[in-house]
Amino acid sequence: MTTLDPTVEGALPETEAAGRGNHPPGTFRVCATTGLTVDLAAEKFIKINAVFAVVFLLLGGIAALLLALTRWSAVHLLNAEWYYRMTTFHGLNMLILWILFMEIGILYFAATALLKSRLASVKAGWAGFACMAVGAIMLDAVILAGKADVMMTSYVPLRAHPTFYLAIILVAVGTLIGVINFLATVYIAKRDKTYSGSVPLVVFGAITAAIIAVSTLLHGAGIMIPTFLWSIDVIDHVDPAAYRLVWWGLGHQSQQVNVAAMVSVWYLLGTLTVGAKVLNQGVSRTAFLLYILFINLASAHHLLVDPGVSAGWKIWNTSYAMYLAVLASMIHGYTVPAAVEVALRKQGHTKGLFGWLGAAPWKNPGFSGFFLSLLIFGFIGGITGVTLGTEQINIIAHNTLRIPGHFHATVVGGTSLAFMALAYYVVPLIFRREFPLRWMCRAQPYVFAAGIVLMSLGMSFAGSYGVSRRSWDVEASGALHPVSYDPSVHVWLGVLGIGGSLAFVGLLMFVVPTVLAVFFGKRVEAKMPAW
Amino acid sequence: MSESNDPPVHWLERMLDNTWLLLALGVLIPAISYTLWGLLELANLKAATLP
Amino acid sequence: MSIESPAKNWLHAPTGTERAWIGLALLWCIVLTLAMPYWHFKGKQNSTGEAYTVEPTRFADRVQQFVDSNKVGEVNGTPIAEPPPGGDAYLQAQMWRFYPVLQFKKGQTYRLHISSLDIQHGFAVLPINMNFQVLPGYDHVLTITPTMAGEFPILCNEFCGIGHHQMTGRIIVTE
Ligand code: HEM
Ligand SMILES: [Cu+2]
Ligand SMILES: [Cu+2]
Repeated sequence: MTTLDPTVEGALPETEAAGRGNHPPGTFRVCATTGLTVDLAAEKFIKINAVFAVVFLLLGGIAALLLALTRWSAVHLLNAEWYYRMTTFHGLNMLILWILFMEIGILYFAATALLKSRLASVKAGWAGFACMAVGAIMLDAVILAGKADVMMTSYVPLRAHPTFYLAIILVAVGTLIGVINFLATVYIAKRDKTYSGSVPLVVFGAITAAIIAVSTLLHGAGIMIPTFLWSIDVIDHVDPAAYRLVWWGLGHQSQQVNVAAMVSVWYLLGTLTVGAKVLNQGVSRTAFLLYILFINLASAHHLLVDPGVSAGWKIWNTSYAMYLAVLASMIHGYTVPAAVEVALRKQGHTKGLFGWLGAAPWKNPGFSGFFLSLLIFGFIGGITGVTLGTEQINIIAHNTLRIPGHFHATVVGGTSLAFMALAYYVVPLIFRREFPLRWMCRAQPYVFAAGIVLMSLGMSFAGSYGVSRRSWDVEASGALHPVSYDPSVHVWLGVLGIGGSLAFVGLLMFVVPTVLAVFFGKRVEAKMPAW
Repeated sequence: MSESNDPPVHWLERMLDNTWLLLALGVLIPAISYTLWGLLELANLKAATLP
Repeated sequence: MSIESPAKNWLHAPTGTERAWIGLALLWCIVLTLAMPYWHFKGKQNSTGEAYTVEPTRFADRVQQFVDSNKVGEVNGTPIAEPPPGGDAYLQAQMWRFYPVLQFKKGQTYRLHISSLDIQHGFAVLPINMNFQVLPGYDHVLTITPTMAGEFPILCNEFCGIGHHQMTGRIIVTE
């Protein structure tokens, strides 16, 4: 498999019974494949968070298929009521639940295994998880009961059942507890000197994600608590413009958490799959610093066509700030593949300019998923994002299908695919189970990526003709004043439908082997079988 | 441990190693530039005259 | 390795192609940073975000007054109102219609006031595809100069309940 060196500090002198670093005896194990110390409490949390994440991915995925088959105008599967309900359900299950449960797992892994530390607080771990889990179940229940057809954005004064807001608050509070537990672990690791020098780059990326998450969740609390109080008639008014402003401090900043987490996963998978080394720690970390300082201001691009905030505010927050964050992504987009190239060349794949690329382990889904994620995020997600975030272009793109066309390339083709790729290592290393159906795993990243790219293109082109997002009927049949589009939009909506269905197949090709592995897989006794 | 013989650590490296400073900056900058500024503008909006 | 702690003093300036790449990317970012404000002043399609607070009922009254004094016809049961060139036009969004139908003259400039009586809506003009957010309690003022004659459908593009996809309106531009 890799060139990982299983000796972190000499030839493992301590036994697992004796304690190590700040781990009390009997609370950790040493990974036979990577040599990392795995804290057993953290391991449990990584497992349950990952299991919950995959469950919500599947639920959101079923809704995704129904949505894709409804937006495909020739199929138009759901009725209006269920289309709107499923849009709400899909957005929240995917963007909030699948992603957040995964991220808490990643944070716990980074702070414990990579810093060789115990988890700061097991109790806080349970408290955070319980809040998230209860909130998540409440959320799905209230949506499916038809009491919260308000989209994930729940713009006031559109009103959902109070349970909906309460559920979101619970999920946010649970996540915040998890993030604080992570930061506390970073703190005790340093205090207990479990590592020397600086934190590893992947941990630095995780810290970046956690810092952005704190800002995100503070905005979430800042807006969802008043909105909840309004929904139970304790306060009588939540200003719609202020709601949008603060809500996007939650909605968009959380996407930056995803970006930081995804880039960390890229670095991690580069190391796990081909033994990539960081070329320049300073460059990679400074790029993360740019995220910390500037990326959150870009939330303003959601309000570019809103009344109330001035052009000065809009331009300041989206131009200089957003582009400095873009610079950071451009840097990672160079350093990550460059590190892979250097590692592969060192292994002797030196033929021509791109010989290393051909020699890369394309059959390893951990590698192919990560590399496709990099390509989709960088080329499609990044370029569409920078374009749509421009004041003038936003006028022709706001609330059209171009927007989901963009973010299915970032948070799905980018972040979600990277997380799936990570799972191909988490299951054998943390759950210590072998994957069955290995051919399916090998093909999965390609199928999912192809589907998402197709769907994203379909959405983007249909949107560029003005087809709006979150709309059940392009034709607006029965409306007082008829609406018509260029006929080619139906072709693009067909591409959306076909791409979406293919992506759903790719999603199942991930969920099925993962579930089989976790619950019925053969135990990994020593080293994980190489991909 | 004496570090007197080591070369001084660059300020940027020390900043990047300072999680709590980064946390403070990461929360404050958007809170001021995006949230506070934006909310102030909304709060100071004039009433419409509807000419 | 990205998963190991580097020893102190890892900060080094980038070199070689890495340095060149970062330089190019930075340059490009600076160009973009300048392009947006530049285009804001030089370009012709910008919203300044001009807006005022307004009571929805007061806005509705003003819209009715605007319709009563500027009505020039009716289409599908909705009155058509044409403001004088250079004047103020009013458009009200509510679940699930736009009221009234507006008529403008090509090449003239108008101040278009848009607001909502109930929840948030969107204002999308097709097929030229311009999109703005419409909020209750806010009088969103767009200074517009139609450059093409014809009939332009308006569509609500913010989810506003079960009738959202049927919420349409119309702008007519005459020569
Ligand atoms: C099989 C994979 C997927 C398919 C086929 C799919 C398809 C769709 C479709 C058709 C829409 C509705 C667009 C509209 O009518 O406005 C949508 C919306 C959305 N999707 Fe996905 N999606 C997938 C995966 C994901 C994932 C993994 C995420 C997040 C991590 C995600 C996040 C969202 C969000 C946030 C929305 C917007 C909901 C809203 O407008 O409120 N999707 N998706
Ligand atoms: Cu509407
Ligand atoms: Cu609507």
